[in-house]
Amino acid sequence: MTATRIARTYRGARAAAGPLVYLSGAQRAALGEWVTLNAPGQPPLRGQIIEAGHDVSVVQVLEDTLGLAPAGIEITLTGELANAVVGRDLLGRALSGAQDPRDGQPRPIGEAIRPLWGAPLNPTRRLPPSDFIETGISAIDGMNTLVRGQKLPVFSGPGLPALELAATIVENARAPRGEPFAVVFCAIGITERETRTFLDRFAASGALERSVLYLNQAQDPTIERLLAPRAALACAEHLAFVHGLHVLVVLADITHYCEALREVAAAREEVPGRRGYPGYMYTDLASLFERAGVVKDKPGSVTQLPILTMPDDDITHPIPDLTGYITEGQVVLSRELHRRGIFPPVDVLPSLSRLMNAGIGKGRTVPEHRIWADQLYAIYARGREARMMVAIVGEAGLSPADRRALALAEAFERELIHQGTKRRTIDETLEAGWKLMDRVPREDLIKLSDQLLASRQEQRAAAKKKEA
Amino acid sequence: MSPLKKNAPRLTRVVGALAEATGMREAKLNELVRIGDSGLLAEVLRITGDRATLQVFEETMGVALEEPLTREGLPLAVELGPGLLGSVIDGIGRPLTELAVRSGDFLLPGADAPTIDRARRFAFTPTISEGATIGPGDVVGTVVERGAFEHRILVPPDRQGVIAKLFAGERTVEEPIAELTDGSTLFLTHRWPVRRPRPIAARLDASRPFLTGQRVFDFLFPIAEGGTVAVPGGFGTGKTVIEQSLAKYAEADVVVYIGCGERGNEMAEVLHEFGRLKDPRTGRAVLDRTVLVVNTSNMPVAARESSIYLGLTIAEYFRDQGYRAAVMADSLSRWAEALREIGSRLQEMPGEEGYPTYLASRAAKLHERAGRVRCLGAGNREGSVTLISAVSPPGGDFSEPVTQACLRVAGALWALDPALAHQRQFPAVDWHTSYSLYSEAMGAAFDASCDPGWSKARATIVELLQRDGELREVASVVGPEALEDPDRLLLQASAIIREIVLGQSAYDVNDAYSPPAKTYRLARVSLELFEAGKAALKKGATYGELDLSGARRALAMMRDAPAVDFEARANDVTARITGLWRGASS
Ligand SMILES: Nc1ncnc2c1ncn2[C@@H]1O[C@H](COP(=O)(O)OP(=O)(O)O)[C@@H](O)[C@H]1O
Ligand SMILES: [Mg+2]
Repeated sequence: MTATRIARTYRGARAAAGPLVYLSGAQRAALGEWVTLNAPGQPPLRGQIIEAGHDVSVVQVLEDTLGLAPAGIEITLTGELANAVVGRDLLGRALSGAQDPRDGQPRPIGEAIRPLWGAPLNPTRRLPPSDFIETGISAIDGMNTLVRGQKLPVFSGPGLPALELAATIVENARAPRGEPFAVVFCAIGITERETRTFLDRFAASGALERSVLYLNQAQDPTIERLLAPRAALACAEHLAFVHGLHVLVVLADITHYCEALREVAAAREEVPGRRGYPGYMYTDLASLFERAGVVKDKPGSVTQLPILTMPDDDITHPIPDLTGYITEGQVVLSRELHRRGIFPPVDVLPSLSRLMNAGIGKGRTVPEHRIWADQLYAIYARGREARMMVAIVGEAGLSPADRRALALAEAFERELIHQGTKRRTIDETLEAGWKLMDRVPREDLIKLSDQLLASRQEQRAAAKKKEA
Repeated sequence: MSPLKKNAPRLTRVVGALAEATGMREAKLNELVRIGDSGLLAEVLRITGDRATLQVFEETMGVALEEPLTREGLPLAVELGPGLLGSVIDGIGRPLTELAVRSGDFLLPGADAPTIDRARRFAFTPTISEGATIGPGDVVGTVVERGAFEHRILVPPDRQGVIAKLFAGERTVEEPIAELTDGSTLFLTHRWPVRRPRPIAARLDASRPFLTGQRVFDFLFPIAEGGTVAVPGGFGTGKTVIEQSLAKYAEADVVVYIGCGERGNEMAEVLHEFGRLKDPRTGRAVLDRTVLVVNTSNMPVAARESSIYLGLTIAEYFRDQGYRAAVMADSLSRWAEALREIGSRLQEMPGEEGYPTYLASRAAKLHERAGRVRCLGAGNREGSVTLISAVSPPGGDFSEPVTQACLRVAGALWALDPALAHQRQFPAVDWHTSYSLYSEAMGAAFDASCDPGWSKARATIVELLQRDGELREVASVVGPEALEDPDRLLLQASAIIREIVLGQSAYDVNDAYSPPAKTYRLARVSLELFEAGKAALKKGATYGELDLSGARRALAMMRDAPAVDFEARANDVTARITGLWRGASS
């Protein structure tokens, strides 16, 4: 199906609307075929066939169509599908969402050409992800562990430091056995300042030469946003499954991606789904997010860290909602924690890493990790309930136990979640949690067995002795 | 390329999973069509004169106009026979393990392989003799599969005759196992169109419990063998964990697990885990009783739509052999979305939220394929298909069309609540909203088979939870301190019941599966604890004097104990209950 066909050129399009150009009588037009459009006295435009038809074919144009006169353009169907140039030589490079150089260097030659619309991985060839990635962040390592091959998005809100969090993770993430790794960063419609936020932090860590940047910023063409993450993922797959690198892909911001999707759907006058987003958005997002994983008998992996902004901080908005249905959990940022100066402002209650159990425990972190996390979670959840009650009945209406729970929740936020830019090893994270639990009366530690507590006591005694 | 015959079928439009073709005057609805040289599979949805509209089951990226089409003459069907158990097939019946061998790690359009391996040999043992008259659904012999499963070879529902010759022994699926006097032959497998329910002799009533091994379901919202249940819940509320737990532990002979538009890693996990995990009843690998139908969210959307029918047909086939089959469909929302996606490309008049107007009738029809039946054929076999469908409502809002369409036809609702999931109360079943139309009949069945006190204990606990809900509302206004001691006891007792009896960790090796005896015992003991507390308060104890946390810990240990220690732990709890109030013993 991907056989290259001969290029055909036509003069004059039938119609144009928004990012779409309608073309009649295109011979053997193929779905996804790459198209160039030339208007006299204007730089050439590029596009892709999103509907092939005898009567009419629809071309989705990447660049801005402002001032385009359909009757006067020359349209060439190139006979090729949209492709991505991939290779090790892309490491250290910055490209646009349409893969043009953005760093003043020549176009990368690459090692291979891969279809932008990557074929789905055969599910029987997947290896269930199980390798713990130490991100250095307690809210993640301790409470919502990230594993290799996972797709774990950050649900952010306008103005919350999601990119700072992503940069911290990228800077600090350590491969379990020090294996080679790479970062693919794809900016989707974010501002220059946001891009800088990420890149400056990242450049300081000296990791830029191990990374590939695809940058589609706010001022760049909207439709390019639909291609940028696919080019990034094609490149990541190549680095992972051909070169055996462990690739962390950061996609920011999925909300802008979805808006581009909505724009095309609206231009085509499609029946809109929830809040105007197209009915196929789930399928479309899945074609991005499912491009993460580990393959049997192959050394590398693709891990995704997409970032999205919840409009109005609303987690039921279709963008976070559909994302949450596809990804393997979510890290949710909280405005309230951010306001109180907690960094990273991760609210662990709605956060979840679905693959956590596969990445923790004996031989990975510590055997009691699950219980540790469950117990802390329960303590914090209780405290948050108490905090809500305060709003209704006032502090005075609380039982002593609730008051204690409230204090513990605050300690949890200040001592475990908050860490500024300091990196914590998993042992430091676990220790911080234990210290918190030391202050909790025995009867409230309902998840912990006497045995576990006894061994914890022993450990502490041994540590004290060593200190003395 | 050779010039095309005029009027030969060829492609005139491609958009998403939809295509149009001319030269299709002779086509039939639902007929299969192959597109182009690579032979992409498609199905006819609509015919107008010379034109047909098709849904394409494979990726259409790169498909060009003018590609020639070949009509197959037959509708989408699945090959049924030995070799299905333990296999992984996609929504149109292609074996995924074999596709990986043929075309590598990624699924490429046009790749194909027969559902059942042509080279594989199965030992066929006839159970009838030459000269016998056979009719639709009769068993002609058996093949022992995966060590112990007796696969009964059926006469296809549309065949009959007199056996002239039998071929016992090692056969491939291409070699005949019998010759009839009319010269026709029978094979180990036959094909059946996936959109057509397989015929049965009679429907039977839903009278036997479908044991799930999950306390909250078996005890509070039990379903019947052959029943249907909808499991709606927002993301992360535990739908998939429930489907997987039931696939592992529910009392069924065969499980068809349909990963419909969900995650690839989950399927990898199922394959990995089910191959290692032992079925608690037979001691054999769970995978040995499982057929996996997999069409993940990034696989073609039309094949996602068909995957549900394909899975149901396989389940019916095992039902027809006289087995209890169960279908885990995760998730029906993705099936409905596939309908919507294709419907909107067809420019059909949309109904609510863009779903096609026939959503409800299609949902009803597929639920009707579940049931307990007397099978076609001699021997009075009984079989069943139980359907457990996850539903993924947008924003967790149950008023949306897919949840509503399922609720209208399902016999039970296991509603999952994100608030409970956030409290890590798993399974996060909202006991106020959930219901089962089977619960009365099943309660009676449990009274008879497990303990005569079952229904009564259930009623008591339901009432307790009801009261608990009311009291908690009061407490949220006045603070728990302001409640009377008996009410505080009730709150604490129901908290214990919620945590210990209804809560069940899918990851606890000892508690992931709870047989009815354990379920009942835990419920019973928790109620005894509550009664003991009430008695103590009556005798003058105060709430603060009751050692409830000690009793709670003993109960938790009882729940999490390995089966061999269960009795000893239960005795510990009883001792705790006696010592609940020191004042009582003095
Ligand atoms: N019975 C259970 N025991 C323990 N944890 C559970 C259970 N059910 C769900 N969970 C937790 O909830 C997470 C999400 O469950 P999942 O079934 O994947 O949700 P859904 O399919 O509804 O999106 C799991 O990864 C697990 O952490
Ligand atoms: Mg799920």
